[in-house]
Amino acid sequence: MSEQQAANINQEHLAVYEVFVRSNRGLDHKHVGSLHAESPEHALMYARDCYLRRSEGVSVWVVKSTDITASQEEDIANFVDPMDDKPYRHATHYVLPDNVNNM
Amino acid sequence: MQTVDDAAAQIEFDRRIADEQKIEPTDWMPDAYRKNLIRQMSQHAHSEVIGMQPEGNWITRAPSLRRKAVLLSKVQDEAGHGLYLYSATESLGITRSELIEALQTGVAKYASIFNYPTLTWADVGAIGWLVDGAAIVNQISLQRTSYGPYSRAMIRICKEESFHQRQGYEIMYELAHGSPEQKAMAQDAMNRNWWPALMMFGPHDSDSAHSGKSMQWKIKRQSNDYLRQKFIDQTVPQIEVLGLEMPDPEIKWNEELGQYDSGEINWEEFYQVINGSGPCNYQRLKHHKKAHQDGEWVREAVRAYSEKQQAKKEQKSA
Amino acid sequence: MNKNSENLYRFLVGLADDSVVLSHRLSEWCSNGPYLEEDIALSNIALDYIGRARMFYQYAVEIEGKGRTEDDIAYHRNEREFTNTLIHELPINDFAFTMVRQYFVDVFYCEYLQQLTQSSDSQVAAIAAKALKESRYHLKRSEPWIKQLSEGTEESKHRVQLALDELENFVGEMFLMEDWEKELVEQGIAVDREALQADWDKQVQEFLAESEMKFPDSQLQIRGGRNGIHTEHLGHMLSEMQYLQRVHPGLKW
Repeated sequence: MSEQQAANINQEHLAVYEVFVRSNRGLDHKHVGSLHAESPEHALMYARDCYLRRSEGVSVWVVKSTDITASQEEDIANFVDPMDDKPYRHATHYVLPDNVNNM
Repeated sequence: MQTVDDAAAQIEFDRRIADEQKIEPTDWMPDAYRKNLIRQMSQHAHSEVIGMQPEGNWITRAPSLRRKAVLLSKVQDEAGHGLYLYSATESLGITRSELIEALQTGVAKYASIFNYPTLTWADVGAIGWLVDGAAIVNQISLQRTSYGPYSRAMIRICKEESFHQRQGYEIMYELAHGSPEQKAMAQDAMNRNWWPALMMFGPHDSDSAHSGKSMQWKIKRQSNDYLRQKFIDQTVPQIEVLGLEMPDPEIKWNEELGQYDSGEINWEEFYQVINGSGPCNYQRLKHHKKAHQDGEWVREAVRAYSEKQQAKKEQKSA
Repeated sequence: MNKNSENLYRFLVGLADDSVVLSHRLSEWCSNGPYLEEDIALSNIALDYIGRARMFYQYAVEIEGKGRTEDDIAYHRNEREFTNTLIHELPINDFAFTMVRQYFVDVFYCEYLQQLTQSSDSQVAAIAAKALKESRYHLKRSEPWIKQLSEGTEESKHRVQLALDELENFVGEMFLMEDWEKELVEQGIAVDREALQADWDKQVQEFLAESEMKFPDSQLQIRGGRNGIHTEHLGHMLSEMQYLQRVHPGLKW
């Protein structure tokens, strides 16, 4: 193994964390990017240094990337589309007289 | 070989590109699209990281405490931008260490502008103004790139970048209105950085190897020559405000085209620097490798410590 | 300046010098960190210290009342006129040294600044309150670093030990009191450094013991910084830092 490869493997041991920031009180946490860190505590500190240099947030979450369960793209049609044909869930589905239509 | 499924996915992909929809990491994408993205995004990330060096060269010599704070936070931002871009590139299924290895072995490129030396304090001003200025023109265009994570990283970077250009121009303005030596310093730094800044937009459209596909996939949104002209047109009036001589005697307003004419770039120099023979190519990579190697024992210690912690935890729960 | 203002001026410049030389050292890490995230984090600490230095210098020139600026003080004094304590000026050496030094000063500042927020001088108290928040964050970073490096590999442990050995001699000076500083303590402006040492010793000792590292004897002390007697390193730092202002004096940048 070359020195370079060894160094690479070492670096892989820093896990990847996804960073979520609440930019203002009252708003949702929003995904802003990722970083490498050796522990959740460190990830949180690095998130502050790397993603909040301009006070962009009031609260931060970090989540290990491997801990995220995501919907699968190949499956996405079965997953999402059936929700599409329920127009009665949307306000615009209901036709009301003009004078009460801001309901 | 393309399977039936792939063919269907390809149609879906093409439709998304045509509809101006973003491609997201879990979407199917053609291999060549992925490779092209990795090439362009990692080159961009490496440029941010290597770009720390020329300006970093002046942090310990900044002429006032305010300038020092500004410069350090600016160079730190470049590191941050490198991080955003590595992070976005990693979403394509490649690791940061693979990207770094590609940089250090010369497989991946970075912007040639950073292979020029920062000889005087005025270079710090000229880089902020011209180099970041050119980068912004390019990056604003890239906010509309078709790959979602790249586009989002660009939006974040553009927000932060305008301070970079403004602080650079402020330095130039102060020097251009200072003592004769300071003014000469500003003129010299602008003259030296002007051409490399124009080269940042890449070869002419007719000679650009990767442009065709990139444009078709909407990774790139506007052509090299178009963006270069845009940069020239916005920068010439700024030179006039500084009261410096034009760095190119052929710069002249063209009434008919509604843009500035300018001289031809020395393309021989362009290719020479790209191919490794710029004044600082060797130095920049050497610096990067040294920092990486010097940090190896730290990364190793971190790994060893977290393994020990993990083992302790397992022992406890066993 | 009357005697009281003179004492206050010396006090402020001393604290500013501490911060400015340490910020300079930390800024040397920029583009040299062990990985990108840590590089960025170190720059943030350097920026905190530049900010701290500027606040203390700005207040000092205000007290002095001669119309000088922060940069006049930072860029136009020589080695013998700088009054920082020596621990702040030592070269960064390796990452272990940088972090052990940081840990030592972080523990010190957390206690020192906490007390300084009670200063009878409201401006000093306000600067201390701002700086205290920074130092508390710095300590939150440096503590786990010392732990990780001390308990990481043989090499990292060895490097931490070397740093502890080298820094041992420079700890005590942080707790020394000059006569003028004692007068300021009596006036309720400054903090009694000597009184902080026992707690510092205890905290650091217990923390290092967790990782089975040898505790430095903080009674050892190379002294002189406050009177302009420095290590040889400071002159090189200043010749680099002040170069432009010295070559082109009296200009704006």
